[in-house]
Parts: sequence; structure tokens; C-alpha cells
Amino acid sequence: MSNKKNKKLSPVQQEYQAFAKAREPKRPVLKNSLRAFFVGGTICFIGQLFQWIYITYFGFNEMTAGNPTVATLIIIAVFMTGFGFYDHLAQYAGGGTIVPVTGFANTVASAAIEHRTEGYVLGVGGNMYKIAGPVITYGVVSAFFIGLIAVALKALGGM
Amino acid sequence: MLQGHQTWIFPSKPVILASAAVGGPFEAQGPLADDFDILNDDIWLGQESFEKAEKKMLEQACEKAIDKAGLKKEDVHFLLSGDLMNQIISSSFAARTMGVPFLGLFGACSSSMESLALASLLVDSSSAKYALAATSSHNGSVNKQFRYPSEYGSQVPPTAQWTVTGAGAALVAHEGEGPKVVSATIGRVVDMGISDPFNMGAAMAPAAVDTIQAHFRDMGVGADHYDVIATGDLGRVGHHIAADLLQKHHIDIPAKTFTDCGLLIYSDDQPVVAGGSGCACSATVTFGHFLKKLRKGEINRILIVATGALLSPLSYQQKESIPCIAHAVAIEH
Repeated sequence: MSNKKNKKLSPVQQEYQAFAKAREPKRPVLKNSLRAFFVGGTICFIGQLFQWIYITYFGFNEMTAGNPTVATLIIIAVFMTGFGFYDHLAQYAGGGTIVPVTGFANTVASAAIEHRTEGYVLGVGGNMYKIAGPVITYGVVSAFFIGLIAVALKALGGM
Repeated sequence: MLQGHQTWIFPSKPVILASAAVGGPFEAQGPLADDFDILNDDIWLGQESFEKAEKKMLEQACEKAIDKAGLKKEDVHFLLSGDLMNQIISSSFAARTMGVPFLGLFGACSSSMESLALASLLVDSSSAKYALAATSSHNGSVNKQFRYPSEYGSQVPPTAQWTVTGAGAALVAHEGEGPKVVSATIGRVVDMGISDPFNMGAAMAPAAVDTIQAHFRDMGVGADHYDVIATGDLGRVGHHIAADLLQKHHIDIPAKTFTDCGLLIYSDDQPVVAGGSGCACSATVTFGHFLKKLRKGEINRILIVATGALLSPLSYQQKESIPCIAHAVAIEH
């Protein structure tokens, strides 16, 4: 915990938080990292496999095979979410299932399923991007600024 | 009758004429499955939404308790109920079905003992002959409101808890056979500055300790007065902290007396991380498990300290810490 956060707390609260912290199980960081590495790596390996299939058998090249590969992974992830399997895998894998594109598919699909009971418009439509929304918003915003920087560097003859 | 600073004693000893515990399929796999009156095998209960399923379970619990007491809905003078949903819709909608005078409560997961304490007070003061105390929670509806969608793949930390899908109800009467409510200690809000909603146990433990301390002080008794002292839903982490905190405050509760409903309801091989939580946690374990033991005479005196975290999803997003409360009710054979 940062000192800045601690400053707002009274001495009694600070004392308790230290007391409680000493009795809380720690997140198993090393175990989580290893699991994330292997599960995330497996997902990427499967993606690689699809890319190879699309290139070898469907006439795509390395540039164009990206789209059908991502689409296939998304479809698989959405099905796994719908059948209630993805969240269990995620509890095991942690970051390993969040980082690849399948994690993003899961955020959208899970929110859509969850809010189906509030109807298709306000429920599914309104809540589908509840978790994915910030990623899209800040993804677009940062892409814009990175683009500006790139244009500026080019104009200055830096690239 | 006020005793000490924040405790009520009930000289007429209101009787819990009947009680009911309702659970879901996950609770049916737990070690206390036999203590439930109704175990639903579908978390939807054939309803269109988790919210409706929760309301349905609350209705089941109320109806079962009334039925077991050999009464009719019309005999119940007041229904006191609370839950975790926004605007306590489960309680209000169940009360619509019941059609009896209704007092809606919000004490988060402390609602079980808040409602039981108030129902006992009503009966003890002759303001009601029959009062029904009830509460419910549903894993799906709570996840939706307070956490992430059920199917969302995020890894929860080892301090997180699993919300119980269930409902509990207790019918308190002025006379009859059954366990008696002898006293209740109303807790104050304690906030130790914990703001992580995945660490409710640590947030709520000080509230439980504060109320237990107040109860012992007001009643002039010690831990040896009770066969069981059970907190509501501190889970593994909170229970450990509460036990050490009590020791630090020189209150000695033997390990075999001090337990937590959130530890009892699920077995170790169920993936509940640090244990059970939710309104139904203390309600089903008390109204199902403990009252059964009291009726059989296996235990004679219990103190249930239901703990509640009084946060909202909004207050959490605004970086507020979690205010917590605990209410204790003493029940005797």
C-alpha cells in the first residue's frame, strides 16, 4: 500500500490494516505468472496453428491470415463463455486468459449474457461494453495521440 | 428492555416457533445440505432472471417457516426482511406476494440478525404475536450488482468469498415450543479503512469484534456462557483476523466455540476461495443448522454475530472505504 493512501487513514486504521495484512494470504505471484505464461502461450499457439491452416489450405498470406485467425479465436472464446467454461479457466490462468484476444471476447460476451434479462436494447446493447468499453475508449484515445506523435516526428524528418 | 449500552434483553423470551433454510445446487453439495428445508436444483428456479429467482427463494423460505409453524400467512403480523439488491427488491417483492404488513430493512449481510432482533423486540413488547424475520441472497444477482458478470474470466484473489444462493426465515412467536431469543446487541458502524471489495473478511472482522465485545460488556458474561459463537460471513481470512483481534483485546473465546457461518456452509473442495458470504450465509446456517442443533439439545446457547458490509458499487468506484456492521443475537434451547 502506498504511503499516500495511508495518510488519509487514522493511526488506529493504519495499525489495523497492518494487523490484517499480516493475516491475509498473499496472491501466489510466481504460480500465477507460470500458469499465465503456459495458458496464454497455449492460446497463442492455437492461434498460430489456425494462422498456419489459413495460409496453407485457404490461400491466405501472412498479412491477410490475421483476420480469420482472430475471428476464429473470438468465436471459440465466446462459445466457451456461453457454455460457462471460460471463467473457470480464467480463475486458473489469470492473466493468461485476459491478455490474448480471447479475453476481450469474453468481457463482451459475458456482459451480454449477464444483462440479457434486462432486454436486448437496454440490457444487452447497453451493457455489452461495460467492461470492454474503457479498453476501447482508451485504446482509441492513445492510438490518436501516438498517431499525432508519429505525424509530428515524420514532419520533423525524424522517421 | 435496554441492558447496558446497546443490548436488548427479551424478558418474555420470544420463541422461534419454526424456521426455514432454502439453498441452491451449490449449497446442496456442501456439508450442511441435510439442514436445508428446500434445496433447489436450478440456480434460476425456473425464473427469467437471477433477481426473480432470489425473490422466489425468499418466498419459499417464508412460506416454509409459516407452514412448519402450523400457521397461515394471515396469522403473521409483521414481516421484517432485507437483502443485498438495490432498493431491497427481493424483500419488497416477496412481501408483495406474502401480503402481510412489511418492514423492509437494509443491513447487508447482517440483515439476518437485524431482522431477528427486531422481530423479537416486536414480540417481546407485545407489538406482535407472530413476526417473521427473513433474508436472502443469490450468487448470480450479487455478482451482477457488486462484481463482474458470472461468466467473466477474471481471477479473484485468495481473500475473495462466494455469495450463498439461498434464503432463510424464522417465525418468532410470543409462546410455543422452540429455541428462545434471549438478547440482541445492535452493532455500530466500524470502518477500518479497507476499501477492497474482494477482502470483505478483513473489512468486517473489526465490526464483529466490536459487537462481541459490546455484548459481553452489556450482558456481563464471557465466552464460556455460549456453546457456539458464530460470526456471519467473515470467511477464512476474516475469521482468522477476528480471532487474533479478540485475543489482542483480551477476550478469550475457545477455538471450538468460535466459528463462522461462511466456513461451515461449504466444504474445502468447493471452489469458494475464502468461504461463503451473503445475507443467506448466516441466515441458512443459523435457521437451518444451528437451530436444528438447539432443538435437538446438542447445544444450549448460541450467539450469532451477523456481519454486513455497507458498501455500494458506487461508493466503491468513488474510492470510499467499506463501512461495516455486526448485530448479535443470543438464542437458547
